[in-house]
Amino acid sequence: MCLAVPMKVKKVLEENTAIAEFGSITKNVNIQLLDGVKAGDYLIVHAGIAIEKLDPGEAERMLELLGTLEK
Amino acid sequence: MKYISEFRDRKVAEKLVAEIRREAEDFREGCIRIMEVCGTHTMTIGKFGIRKILPESIRLLSGPGCPVCVTPDTYMDTAIKLSRMKDTVIATFGDMMRVPGSFSSLEKEKAEGARIEVIYSPLDAVDIADRHPGQGVILLGIGFETTVPAVALAIKRADEQKKRNFCVLSGHKLIPPAMAALLQDRDVRIDGFLCPGHVSTVIGSHPYEFIPQRYKIPCVIGGFEPVDILQSILMLVRKIARHEEPSVEIQYKRIVKSEGNIKARNIIDDIFCRTDSEWRGIGNIKDSGLAIRKRYKFLDAEKRFPVAVKRSGRRTSCICGDILKGKKTPAECRLFGRSCTPENPVGPCMVSSEGTCAAFYKYEGMR
Amino acid sequence: MKSEKILLSHGSGGRSMHSLIKNIFVKHFDSATLKELEDSAVLDISYAGSELCFTTDSYTVDPLFFPGGDIGKLAVCGTVNDISVMGAIPLFLSCGIIVEEGLETGLLERIAESMAGTARKAGVEIVTGDFKVVEKGKADRIFINTSGIGIRRRKTKTGRKLIKPGDKVIINGTIGEHELAVLSARNSFGITTGIRSDCAPLNGLIREILKASDRVRFMRDPTRGGIAATLNEIVEDSDRGILLYENEIPVTAKVSSLCEMLGFDPLYLANEGKVIVVCGSKDTCKVLTAMKKHPFGRKSAIIGEVVRDPEGKVIMETLAGSHRIVEMLSGSQLPRIC
Repeated sequence: MCLAVPMKVKKVLEENTAIAEFGSITKNVNIQLLDGVKAGDYLIVHAGIAIEKLDPGEAERMLELLGTLEK
Repeated sequence: MKYISEFRDRKVAEKLVAEIRREAEDFREGCIRIMEVCGTHTMTIGKFGIRKILPESIRLLSGPGCPVCVTPDTYMDTAIKLSRMKDTVIATFGDMMRVPGSFSSLEKEKAEGARIEVIYSPLDAVDIADRHPGQGVILLGIGFETTVPAVALAIKRADEQKKRNFCVLSGHKLIPPAMAALLQDRDVRIDGFLCPGHVSTVIGSHPYEFIPQRYKIPCVIGGFEPVDILQSILMLVRKIARHEEPSVEIQYKRIVKSEGNIKARNIIDDIFCRTDSEWRGIGNIKDSGLAIRKRYKFLDAEKRFPVAVKRSGRRTSCICGDILKGKKTPAECRLFGRSCTPENPVGPCMVSSEGTCAAFYKYEGMR
Repeated sequence: MKSEKILLSHGSGGRSMHSLIKNIFVKHFDSATLKELEDSAVLDISYAGSELCFTTDSYTVDPLFFPGGDIGKLAVCGTVNDISVMGAIPLFLSCGIIVEEGLETGLLERIAESMAGTARKAGVEIVTGDFKVVEKGKADRIFINTSGIGIRRRKTKTGRKLIKPGDKVIINGTIGEHELAVLSARNSFGITTGIRSDCAPLNGLIREILKASDRVRFMRDPTRGGIAATLNEIVEDSDRGILLYENEIPVTAKVSSLCEMLGFDPLYLANEGKVIVVCGSKDTCKVLTAMKKHPFGRKSAIIGEVVRDPEGKVIMETLAGSHRIVEMLSGSQLPRIC
């Protein structure tokens, strides 16, 4: 019940909307549920609405941790 | 695809599986039963063949995580009757098109001439109302807490713009009450929960606290790529095998905050209130659904277009109720793959493309 | 006087119909045989040691024009490809058109021009046809049927029964573009994709494939239902299976991304410019090299192989390293939120 993708903000427009991009597909996304969205942010978008910002620091930390796993 | 491809890395997946094997090796108390309650988790597990790469001692169960599957006949029958009204457009997510009610489906009604539009976002339904002022647009509000904020925004927008030709038929349901209902069933045995990552993005981690506190069962809020799911399983297996104090942990830290999205919850609270709700295959669960508040009654399809529907008296050999609770697998159902297939679904678990039975049929073959 | 819209009288057999046929179809299709406007086309096919290949298909699409193609181009390519995958050389096409009253004449002419251009590029001739008009509401704008004739040398043998374990499965390029291009043109869901249909005539490519190897067991174009449907059709009710490698299946970033957003699986999306080739493992290199030299085969790839087990099924080695079944699609894919 959770089909959502991480989209990169290209430009914040007025009226609670941003142009966001996912693999060279672009879409207008509603950002009313988030504060302080700016170009370059990654947002999790479900049904055309951004429900949270992705934290790149956390993503990198997790990937590093996974990189240290033994075979 | 940034932040997706990295979490599909095969080498990392293999390492995680090896870790899971090591942790599970010394666990001598039978198999470890982990339940997920999210259709997207069901799909990813099937699509990437995750069951097959885990050790046999780990059983992955699918719970009632498919909002389409648990939508009762009464809701579908109401939607179908509304679709037959003059000058009406039904706006729906694609997932609902083939769900059978007790006498028809939206797909069949469309073939008979009903105006039914598949939308990607609830806000698109408000646009349809804008473009067709002479038509009444009814949005089918189906989905768990991930989708509710989007529908709430659509209702808010229609309210602010004083649209008289838009309303919503709410069939929204909530995950934590369903998990509580499952745990009250003595026959259900679950050792750990893989909690839905995107529902949790909205509700945070606190609504699951009762599970480790009252039932001593650990929970991990997991993401949706194979690496996310495997890491979540590893975190659960570690807790269980090492007999550690159960808690709610967040694997999907890049998205989920423990407090969730407060703005999203505020708008849900503004528009909706809790109500008892019927879950197909399970029955009535107290305070597990959402109804539109009185002050927005002009946007509530149930109030504007009351429609009488009979409760379906259908009885079949379908065991979806047991499957949704993780008590049985699709393979144990007499109808699975025979009279119940994706083309001709009998029960709710086969109806939606990410229902447990549909996922089994599509990805695990008929066994 | 040229009419802006097609009227019922254009289908009545009288002057206006003859005038329309001359000014649109005869003019653009440029066939000496068609110009005679006889009841049937008489064609010289006295090739010794040959078999006649004959096929038909009907086309309806909404919208009529979409990025990368249109109903006319589809109608020619689809039938040319159905003949070509049998190992035959497509030569002649017929074209039966049913138009709904009220269709813009200019639109009909654009479609005819597109059919003519596609036929020219494919080296086939449209030699006979029929044209009818029905009342408004009795057809969805325009329906086109094309039948095709081709010639195959008797020694060219292809068929499902020739497939052996160890044979390789090759595709000539990226999947999913046609269906997504049409879908985006119909309702973009506010998403800008730039995806174009891959609609193309494949007879030239297939000629190169057959020149490179006589170990080609079987070919088919994966249209509705995608490569999943075609591969299942190949092994259904047989004692062979197919093992696919998810990593090797060519998919563009745009198609992957749109699929992720809408919940689609590219394996089930329709293609109109793709061919699946099953060939003996000894000739795989030769075939792949020949394909990559051709403009419609630059992104050719080996995507799987024929296996003994599981019988009659298609399985796939996933990105995570395990195997899963690839079933045929039930119903069509719709955008999901779950």
